[in-house]
Amino acid sequence: MKHARIRYQGEIHIVTIEGDNAVRLPNAQVISEHDVEWLPPAEGTMFALGLNYADHAAELAFKAPTEPLAFVKSKGTYTGHNQTTWRPDNVAYMHYECELVAVIGKQARNVKREDALSYLAGYTVCNDYAIRDYLENYYRPNLRVKNRDATTPVGPWIVDAADVPDPSNLKLRTWINGELKQEGSTSDMIFDIPYLIEYFSSFMTLQPGDMIATGTPEGLADVVPGDEVVVEVEGVGRLVNRIVSETEFFANRARV
Amino acid sequence: MPRAASEVATGTLFGVALNYQGLLQSRLEEFQQPPYQKPPVKPVLFIKTPNTRNSDGKTVVFPAGVERLQPGPALGVVFARDASRVREENALDYVLGYVIVNEFSQPEDSYYRPVVSGKCRDGFCSLSSEVIERNLIADPHNLSIRVLVNGEVLQKNSTENLVRSLPQLIAEISDFMTLHAGDVLITGTPEGRVDVQPGDEVVVEIEGLGRLRNTIVAEEA
Repeated sequence: MKHARIRYQGEIHIVTIEGDNAVRLPNAQVISEHDVEWLPPAEGTMFALGLNYADHAAELAFKAPTEPLAFVKSKGTYTGHNQTTWRPDNVAYMHYECELVAVIGKQARNVKREDALSYLAGYTVCNDYAIRDYLENYYRPNLRVKNRDATTPVGPWIVDAADVPDPSNLKLRTWINGELKQEGSTSDMIFDIPYLIEYFSSFMTLQPGDMIATGTPEGLADVVPGDEVVVEVEGVGRLVNRIVSETEFFANRARV
Repeated sequence: MPRAASEVATGTLFGVALNYQGLLQSRLEEFQQPPYQKPPVKPVLFIKTPNTRNSDGKTVVFPAGVERLQPGPALGVVFARDASRVREENALDYVLGYVIVNEFSQPEDSYYRPVVSGKCRDGFCSLSSEVIERNLIADPHNLSIRVLVNGEVLQKNSTENLVRSLPQLIAEISDFMTLHAGDVLITGTPEGRVDVQPGDEVVVEIEGLGRLRNTIVAEEA
């Protein structure tokens, strides 16, 4: 089953998703995906992995890491499916990152990898955009690169873990304006999801709604205002986002 | 009237590193070398995850298998309303008040890509119980800040030595991410962090805000 958070007629609902992405409200009413505002399906802490695909590590001229390289994101940077993300004025390189996200379903502390998947609620997709111009060599990747308002689309929904029999063999793809730009497979991850759950829970308590964004394969490219950027993880979801200018984004936000 | 931190400081905990003059100056030469290449241009930020939240009078666990643990005394700024792209001149209008923060960390030799485990273990961010309202603190940039371990003062500084003032931080950070109502901005830990051991009583005092007390305990096997 797929579960999402949406806003409809001013109210937030937890809904289930049916065929053709139809949205079933708690009152059993079924409406079109285009009639709702999609919200991030979870709002916990996101632990994002850097350089977790060997090919991407090579692309960025790094040796593959021997310990997970993780950084933390907070909920202000999340946005939902079919929403907009802003490209700051006067930057040279803003790129997408298509990622499989594991969503924690119950409190996890000192979990062993063989039990790890039983702590998951399910999976979703994120687009972990980065503004490379702002990268500094302190607490990499710094928040100005990775924790910007509405710059991490998440969703559209959470697919139950039971409905994804093998998360370590899923195709990831990104399109800009319909053109395929990035293609990889979760089979190329350096640290897989059970390992990552064991790793994080060995030193901290993971909470329901926390997310582990598992990194992105090679194939990055610049995005500009007007672009439609689609990231998809096979069997999990297809997450659509549109790039707008800084001016347009803040003008729209002022109107809300 | 003071407000309970457990009610009004429930948002994200954002930390600022390298925001005391003495600390930054002591590393500037090193920051010209690899892997840094040049000193930081913008505020150096990190996030203390929600599992790190702790409070006055509670214990802080010294994790098994870890060599060192250090308190991180800091002035915390609590937001009253969402601050997005605010100017320095009105930045403090968005502030509800101040809390004492003790942001525990395992010492890191590098600022390049610190591991999450150094700062984000359970209970590693203690907040004082009360948020002291902004108008009760005449000048947040002239407050003495002290760490006492078992009653002895081991670290001492003043918020007059902040690299970036509170309005500067709020303006620069809110340029790219909203500081939401209830969020806490941990404005920096001074140089001279000390090591603590299981059994130690650690108190952070900030002038005008009172004291925040925690006791270190060893992790149970």
